[in-house]
Amino acid sequence: MSTITQTVSESTVRAENKLVLDVDGLVVEIRTPKGTLRAVNDVSFQAFSGRTIALLGESGCGKSMTAKAIAGLLDPVADVAGGEVRLNGTDLARLKPKERRKFAGPELGIVFQDALTALNPVYTVGTQLGEAFRIHHGLSAKAAKVKAVELMRRVGIPEPESRVDSYPHQFSGGMRQRVLIAMAVALNPRLLIADEPTTALDVTVQAQIMALLRDLRTETHMAVVLITHDLALVAEEADTVAVMYAGKVVETGPVREVFARPHHPYTRGLLDSVPANIGRGEDLKSIAGSPPELHNIPVGCVYQSRCPLVQDICRAVSPPLEPAGDDRAVACHFSKELDNV
Amino acid sequence: MSSPLANPQLPPGGRSVTPPSTEVIALPRTLDTSKPGLFHLLLKDRFATAAAIVLVLVGLTALVGPTLMGDLATQQNLSATNRPPFSLAEGWQFILGSDSLGRSMLARLVVATQTTLSVALPAVGISLVIGSLWGVWAGFHRGWRETISMRIADVIMSFPSLLLAVVVLYVFSPSAANIVLILALTRIPIYLRTARAESAELQSRTFVDAARTFGTKPAAIIRRHVIPVVLPTLLTLATLEFCYVMLAESSLSFLGIGIQPPDVSWGLMVAQGRQYLQTAWWLSLFPGLAIVITTVAANVLAAWLRIATDPAQRWRLTLKHKRKRFIARMPVKEVA
Amino acid sequence: MSEALLDVRELTKNFHVPGAKGNNTLCALDKINLYVNRGETLGLVGESGCGKSTLARTLLMLETPDSGSVRFDGVDPFGLKSRELLAWRRRVQMVFQDPFASLNARMTAGEIVSEPWATHRDLYPTKAARQARLSELFTLVGLRPSDAGKSPQEFSGGQRQRIGIARALALNPDVIVLDEPVSALDLSVQAQVLNLLNDLQQRLGVAYIFISHDLSVVRHVADRVAVMYLGRIVETGTAEEVFDRPSHPYTAALMSASPHLDVTATAPRQRIILEGEMPSPLDPPSGCRFRTRCWKAQDICATLAPEPRAALDNPEHISECHFPIEPTRDEPEQLAHAS
Repeated sequence: MSTITQTVSESTVRAENKLVLDVDGLVVEIRTPKGTLRAVNDVSFQAFSGRTIALLGESGCGKSMTAKAIAGLLDPVADVAGGEVRLNGTDLARLKPKERRKFAGPELGIVFQDALTALNPVYTVGTQLGEAFRIHHGLSAKAAKVKAVELMRRVGIPEPESRVDSYPHQFSGGMRQRVLIAMAVALNPRLLIADEPTTALDVTVQAQIMALLRDLRTETHMAVVLITHDLALVAEEADTVAVMYAGKVVETGPVREVFARPHHPYTRGLLDSVPANIGRGEDLKSIAGSPPELHNIPVGCVYQSRCPLVQDICRAVSPPLEPAGDDRAVACHFSKELDNV
Repeated sequence: MSSPLANPQLPPGGRSVTPPSTEVIALPRTLDTSKPGLFHLLLKDRFATAAAIVLVLVGLTALVGPTLMGDLATQQNLSATNRPPFSLAEGWQFILGSDSLGRSMLARLVVATQTTLSVALPAVGISLVIGSLWGVWAGFHRGWRETISMRIADVIMSFPSLLLAVVVLYVFSPSAANIVLILALTRIPIYLRTARAESAELQSRTFVDAARTFGTKPAAIIRRHVIPVVLPTLLTLATLEFCYVMLAESSLSFLGIGIQPPDVSWGLMVAQGRQYLQTAWWLSLFPGLAIVITTVAANVLAAWLRIATDPAQRWRLTLKHKRKRFIARMPVKEVA
Repeated sequence: MSEALLDVRELTKNFHVPGAKGNNTLCALDKINLYVNRGETLGLVGESGCGKSTLARTLLMLETPDSGSVRFDGVDPFGLKSRELLAWRRRVQMVFQDPFASLNARMTAGEIVSEPWATHRDLYPTKAARQARLSELFTLVGLRPSDAGKSPQEFSGGQRQRIGIARALALNPDVIVLDEPVSALDLSVQAQVLNLLNDLQQRLGVAYIFISHDLSVVRHVADRVAVMYLGRIVETGTAEEVFDRPSHPYTAALMSASPHLDVTATAPRQRIILEGEMPSPLDPPSGCRFRTRCWKAQDICATLAPEPRAALDNPEHISECHFPIEPTRDEPEQLAHAS
């Protein structure tokens, strides 16, 4: 057995990196028994072709809800209550479901975390992979199957001819994730949303899947939105990062710069919580407390209850996301003081 | 501590052999305000409250009815046979009409309540207790206990229960006690199967594993972790069975091997009224309604109880009525 | 190794899988050897399906091994009768992965933590003693004793895991098996729980067997590390040795595959990406179990299972490989060209 050894290189910024997705002031509200919650509150970011932007945050921060809002897959109790989601200039949030469906596939693909539930257990993998071609290109079942085999080969599934008629449960976790990726990239979308694509997988398989996503991105020059809670994955796979907390983007910028010199105390806290490179027995610098519940978001800054820099102004005024030099932005009243702490 | 045998915390004589108790320290519930009592919750649910009132009335009727109306129920009036209901011409006792012997339907219904309940309640109760305990035990231990139990259940189930009852009651005398026993026996597998399935699933849960790591004995684990979870499901099942048992009893009575006249039960009344269905519909309808109303009320209350005893679901009951339909649509872990 | 608190030798556990085609024996644990000293942390690393959870369950006597021995303080717990067994149970406890599934939602936090005392009634015989100890435990794990009346779903994930830890501490154990205790938690909460575990170990001198798939977490908490693959421990040694000078190719690949949070690195990182996935434990490869994914595999690996071998410079650093990586010769460049 051979080993693919390869280089993780920073993707070169190409002149033709075009704006693919422009999310501007997105607000998603959920109706619950305790009233209406803002799961996503004024979120803005851009995704460029051939580049990866990571939405980084802990569970409940609204990162998955943002992805669902972009893809039009919100639950019935959740609504886009404001903002724009422009995919190549078209505002998806204003489209009717029927018009919107035309975008799913050729323009936008999505990969979910749980490949087993994302695939229908009663259809063969080949049928599910060919579906996109039958719907959007009007291919016959036979022609679609040929395309499906082609796709399976493209995402590195061995012996695609014999496995095209298998059912999802006959595939291992890693292979299922490959099938899901194949479905998402079947029609060469310009935007790929990967919602925790490797969280359910082992590290050695995660490395394979991330390598595949990287290769596909290089090949098709699509924009990738990577949604994850894993800082190390962001450090290795993404070009830019948007750090989310309690429904808000608190900091954004190029990954290397944000991680090397965080401007927001939450980003700093997250980085300090990573156990790597801290000696045995030493205490980690954890963030005290836990994120606010969505029905109980305080007035002012969302991070005030856990912030070491908190002042009176934080409890009164919510800091806007303001530019902080060289493609970066941060939502903190005291970002300049952070380096002195 | 060189050896666990010399563990200083274990006094000589080993008090640890005393059977473990389920008593876990009672703590002051500081949050009583947010956890309203069951009765308070019940009053918030109109349907459940109505169901509870119906059941209480049925129970009271069964208790005091016969002493109040016992004579009335056997008093024949051959000049007033098969009187239609809702007429006060013959007196208040004929508000629900009279039967073919001119007896008051109302009085007979009231008296029949006690007979019906005295057959259905013990029959359901016995099969519930035996079937549930047996099923929980079999499912918890799995292996041969489970296999043998399920085969026994299959054997009982493979006889039509009514046929079995007919045979047994034909051989032995058709007394109320025998009816109760035979109905209980044939319905045990229903509880056995459900309890086994739930218990088998529960025994692989992590909190059960945790209890095993303390060395908790299986009986204590079943008592503490399995039964409280399984019980609401079984109670709901029991209310459905209540209906089945009443109907089975009426079938037996119809065949002449159930409740023997002059005793009367709802089922027997339905059966006796059948031959007058064309001319005197009320003879079958009112006892039939009594069966349906009692069963539905028990069912509604059991469904409510199931939610009320589940800490993860209880909050649904604290909501106002208008929102309920909306909540049912909402996934539980929406925000998480 | 006679002074080891827990000593596991040649532990083997097979499961019979009814209905499986061909071979229906699943070898979950294959001659496992490991030991844990008092007060130390043994990290157990491996991917899903490698048998690490089965090992934990066997150590807690939730499974019965097919062969091999477990010695705890010189005593084999599988030979104990009821009363001694109950006393032994006190000394080894477990914290489970899922802080939601491992707590019975129908009990209050206080009832959950005091549950072990219902079986071990002599530990705290009076109600007052139990109450006092309960408050003490809550304080110890960083919860308010006044929260004892709340039910588990009123707590956050991190707080629930603290309840689980308090329950494991209720019997004053010498060893706690932690099965992925932080992998269900968010990063910031994970750090709190790791700090708590560290603090408890220093205060109480309890030994941990820390099972995790997250190498950075294990590196942070473990004194010694054992790497599992397909039911076998393929490499074991001090955390420093194993992480800095991995000897088994699987260990090297595992460490290379997990992403690094190193934004200062200027040169792109060399990476080993293994092909394929772990073979089915129903049908393990002949010879060395890792050979189907190993880039160093030769003919001998298919025929002969490698024996455990100690590193030349460190007898405590043991790995099972015919062609171990030698740090002096096998530099990363060489790994890179191994394909």
